[in-house]
Amino acid sequence: MGVEALAESLGRNILTTTLGKVVGWGRGNSVWPAQFGLACCAIEMIATATAGVDIGRFGSEAFRASPRQSDLMIVSGRVSQKMAPILRTIYDQMPEPKWVISMGACASTGGIFNNYALLQGVDKIVPVDVYIPGCPPRPEDLLNALMILQERIKAQGILPQQ
Amino acid sequence: MTDTITQGVTVTKTGEKGAFGGELLTVNFGPHHPSTHGVLRLIVDLDGEQVRSLKPVIGYLHTGIEKQMEALRWQQGVTVTDRHDYLSPPINNLAYALAVEKLMGVVVPPRADALRVIMSELTRLSSHLVWMGTSGLELGAMSMLMYCFRERDTILDMNEEISGFRMHTSYIRPGGVMADATPRFLEMLDRFIHDMPGHVDEYENLLTNNPIWRSRTIGIGRLSAEDAKVLGATGPMLRGSGVAWDLRRSIPYSGYENYDFEIATSDMCDCYGRYLVRIKEMREAVKILRQALDRLPDGPVNVDDRKMLPPPREELETSMEAVIHHFKLFTEGYSVPPGDVYVAVESGRGENGCYVVSDGTHKPRRVKFRSASFVNLQALEQMSLNHMIADMVAIIGTADTVLGDCDR
Repeated sequence: MGVEALAESLGRNILTTTLGKVVGWGRGNSVWPAQFGLACCAIEMIATATAGVDIGRFGSEAFRASPRQSDLMIVSGRVSQKMAPILRTIYDQMPEPKWVISMGACASTGGIFNNYALLQGVDKIVPVDVYIPGCPPRPEDLLNALMILQERIKAQGILPQQ
Repeated sequence: MTDTITQGVTVTKTGEKGAFGGELLTVNFGPHHPSTHGVLRLIVDLDGEQVRSLKPVIGYLHTGIEKQMEALRWQQGVTVTDRHDYLSPPINNLAYALAVEKLMGVVVPPRADALRVIMSELTRLSSHLVWMGTSGLELGAMSMLMYCFRERDTILDMNEEISGFRMHTSYIRPGGVMADATPRFLEMLDRFIHDMPGHVDEYENLLTNNPIWRSRTIGIGRLSAEDAKVLGATGPMLRGSGVAWDLRRSIPYSGYENYDFEIATSDMCDCYGRYLVRIKEMREAVKILRQALDRLPDGPVNVDDRKMLPPPREELETSMEAVIHHFKLFTEGYSVPPGDVYVAVESGRGENGCYVVSDGTHKPRRVKFRSASFVNLQALEQMSLNHMIADMVAIIGTADTVLGDCDR
């Protein structure tokens, strides 16, 4: 095989890129959420995983029961004062890099409940990457948030800045 | 007999014989656990793998809903009732609306009653579908979730068509319903009623004679009729023990006395019996829907009372009086005569009661919900004793607890 023919065949089979982009591509397309449901939004989160909208198309159908195996925490519902330390523990148990989606009005701001019982926004205890409005948001909203997060993960490269 | 706590969570009771020399192992289950239906926490004493005691710890989803309602006007309270038992919002709306109407002495038009029945039965179906999907998932029947949520999504689409919202419809309000049913809604409902019995057959094909499902549920979580009554269990938990108590029949509301349906019961007293009850209830719900749709009366869907409900939009442009009423309703709201009242309706989980106290102002003095999830949770220990820990998952599932309803 001559040099030119070799170069031509290699050109068809080799991609040049940076390691950061490859890692980001891999991470972004396999975000595993923690199986962690709180309230009404959890039902819409389950609906997102079923055949109608199918979160599996975005590589996130593997809801893990253990926080040790997950990259993403979807805070799906209202967080009470009693639940807040547990939520933080679960977040701490997740390995880096990790992301948080605050699903729905209650998780983001306390929603319609401005009282003694609820944490007025989960961002008081964990850093949130994407907020979803709605009470509860539609499954499509959750997919949209996931896609926004994926874009961000892909842009972050090897060492995401937390 | 003294309990000694050795390192960690192991509790040794001297003199008690069992696996591992009578040592009981105290295990914490939840609040973050995939099979606890939300944020239920259980503290379980295990003798080997057998459950010797079980203590539910609740409050991880306490939202202060009852307190919140004291800060909201009567008509605003409806939105909050949606969110305590989040699997059956229209039924919660109905309990609250009936309570407020009873205090005010208001009777809603027949069409509103029929629409309320339609929404209640659709909700019962969607609630049972979530129960069946998640319970199937927990016991290894993974595809149940996919099938059940397919039909549930059809119901949510109907919710959206009639009220503009998938889950928290706030459709049933004191004085009537939010809006009349659209022709498209009635069309969707008709198609749904036609298709649903076939889908229930489909679920039964998958589960009723499935050997794994039967061996995981028959004889598991026994609750005798006597125990169920003593523990205050309602809904499928009570009917699964052979007691034919259904508020739609015992204390009819919204015209349920005019519908022909059977009360589903089972004498098996176990998880399988409660499964059969829920399946039967789904079939009966479809029957009620068919009757309600065929006999849907014409007429208004709200009471004609300008002091309680806003005037129609088109009147605002021509009538000064309508503008005044509108302004008064949306700044001050309406007042409810002083008094207290308790109204209960049958939700997918059992008796969903609403106790309302009014002091004559435009906000409630106190609103208390009697939620079936909270009371049914009491029976959990009775059902789990001496069962394997793996069966506890089936037993938690069969109680169909919604923690939002339980903690409020």
